[in-house]
Amino acid sequence: MKLLLENAHIEGIRYYDAYRKHGGYRSVEKALKMTPDEIVDEVKKSGLRGRGGAGFPTGLKWSFLAKPEGVPRHLVCNADESEPGTFKDRYLMEFLPHLLIEGLIVSSFALGSNATYIYIRGEYAWIPDILERAIQEAKNNGFLGKNILGTGFDLEIYVHRGAGAYICGEETALIESLEGKRGNPRIKPPFPAVQGVWMRPTVVNNVETLAAIVPIINMGGEAYGNIGVGKSTGTKLISACGNLNKPGVYEIPFDLSVEDFIYSDEWCGGIPNGKRLKACIPGGSSVPIVPANLLTKTAKGETRYMNYESLSDGGFQTGTMLGSGGFIVLDEDQCVVKHTMTLAHFYMHESCGQCSPCREGTGWMWRILKNIEYGKGKMEDIDLLWDVQRRIEGNTICPLGDAAAWPVAAAIRHFRDEFEWHVLNPDEAQVRNYGLAHYADRREIPAL
Amino acid sequence: METIENMANTEVQFSEQALNKVKEIIHRYPEGKQKSALIPILHLAQDQFGGWLDVPVMDYVAGLLQIKPIEVYEVATFYTMFNTKPVGKYVFEVCKTGPCMLNGSDDIIKYIEEKLGIKPGETTADGLFTLKPAECLGACGYAPMMQLGKFYKEHLTREKVDQIIEQCRAGKMELN
Repeated sequence: MKLLLENAHIEGIRYYDAYRKHGGYRSVEKALKMTPDEIVDEVKKSGLRGRGGAGFPTGLKWSFLAKPEGVPRHLVCNADESEPGTFKDRYLMEFLPHLLIEGLIVSSFALGSNATYIYIRGEYAWIPDILERAIQEAKNNGFLGKNILGTGFDLEIYVHRGAGAYICGEETALIESLEGKRGNPRIKPPFPAVQGVWMRPTVVNNVETLAAIVPIINMGGEAYGNIGVGKSTGTKLISACGNLNKPGVYEIPFDLSVEDFIYSDEWCGGIPNGKRLKACIPGGSSVPIVPANLLTKTAKGETRYMNYESLSDGGFQTGTMLGSGGFIVLDEDQCVVKHTMTLAHFYMHESCGQCSPCREGTGWMWRILKNIEYGKGKMEDIDLLWDVQRRIEGNTICPLGDAAAWPVAAAIRHFRDEFEWHVLNPDEAQVRNYGLAHYADRREIPAL
Repeated sequence: METIENMANTEVQFSEQALNKVKEIIHRYPEGKQKSALIPILHLAQDQFGGWLDVPVMDYVAGLLQIKPIEVYEVATFYTMFNTKPVGKYVFEVCKTGPCMLNGSDDIIKYIEEKLGIKPGETTADGLFTLKPAECLGACGYAPMMQLGKFYKEHLTREKVDQIIEQCRAGKMELN
């Protein structure tokens, strides 16, 4: 069942006429007859969880918004999609811009925002034109601007381009950046819901989350909540990449098994050249990497499904996270040490530099990993690496520190033998990869 | 502090069209919050003044927004997309993060290095090309890839890199 991408294949759906003809903007007509509180209730009933990665219940987040008399409030759409492996929001904005605009209108009305901003990562430089055209079309048809549909509700939506900083996906860094500053995350509290952009109450939501408001209003929160499994309601966009026959953006039902998602021809179509699966990072680079045996089955031997609960079954010891849905697959010829090294470099580059554990630790981790990868590692470096990541986690203002630590921790936890092999066979490690790890006799799992 | 008035005599000056755009951008934010327009305006400035932000350009932008120059410098140096040193006409920003690496971005970067005779971060002597390895650009499913101007070049192969370089040399590459 598709709730977001159902019409993605229709020619011209990027533009207003085709979008409207296929049921577009119905949710605005419906929502503007409701009260803002009724809309928030529908979103609460839907069980929608933030699609940016954290999975926090959207309705609850909305209900935190402070509403002091006489102070403007703002909705900000987080389109700073920068988590390695994640490119789903780009797809939505590029091909279904009106879906996002429609979701933004309904959400802005529910939250009382008269000026809503889409903060889009600077590298998606061609997408603001697409969004601005959609905004203009919506305006020409009375869905934006002054007195929308005669209800007295005014709304302007502006596209704001960032300039290349992963950290701006963190909501307080995004707010700082929107104010024209460096993207340094703020200490919370105060939370954005109380003091956000320009110290006004602000809600920051991911693109996919805001697009999902459209089917929720159209079908009703309860009906939306009945789709899915447990607390994973609705559908999720997954951006599949790495070593796959059919990488791309898929809208999946939450009862899809991981195995089917990777191997079925309906989805990713398996791994190129008949190679075997080695490991996978299913929710964007920050979530723990898991070896093949723990990806398709949980530690208890149950089938693993593509949803929040099933993927995190076993915690960080044997599980991982759905995260942003950036699904990265490594085949048997890939080197976990090298892959982890590129991720460590990413976090070093993207650390804003405010907190020393993250600023120093990310660089330290990268240098150790580089030594191991290039044959200059020592056995004690592996324990040092473990120690450094442990000291970053939980000791920073924002979650970038955790996000940098987790991939390193998981790589050591599950692939320690591969790290040791690099240290013991430095020359061989330069010319070939370790191959499939001896999953069956994994060393004792170190405690976090 | 520089103001719009005393900046008028410097050589750095937006075109009239760009100045109108600047006004339109400032208007998107609440009154008194014109600093919010800084990043969008730095993009404009970088596009107009040769692909990088020289100090006089940053000072000019500070004057336009009536903020201190340091407020512009700290932003320009924080964000990866702003170049604070000159770059070539065509900047190849090749992604090298995880998913692109799994699909051979190393080989693409090495090939460009050999083909153009430059290392990462360097510019060719003719000032045409700069190689700037980049972190994840959100095109992981279409890897390996690079950003060139406003657009992405995806599913890169050696042959595709050859074609791109040829197109650039022939002046037929669209950047905006």
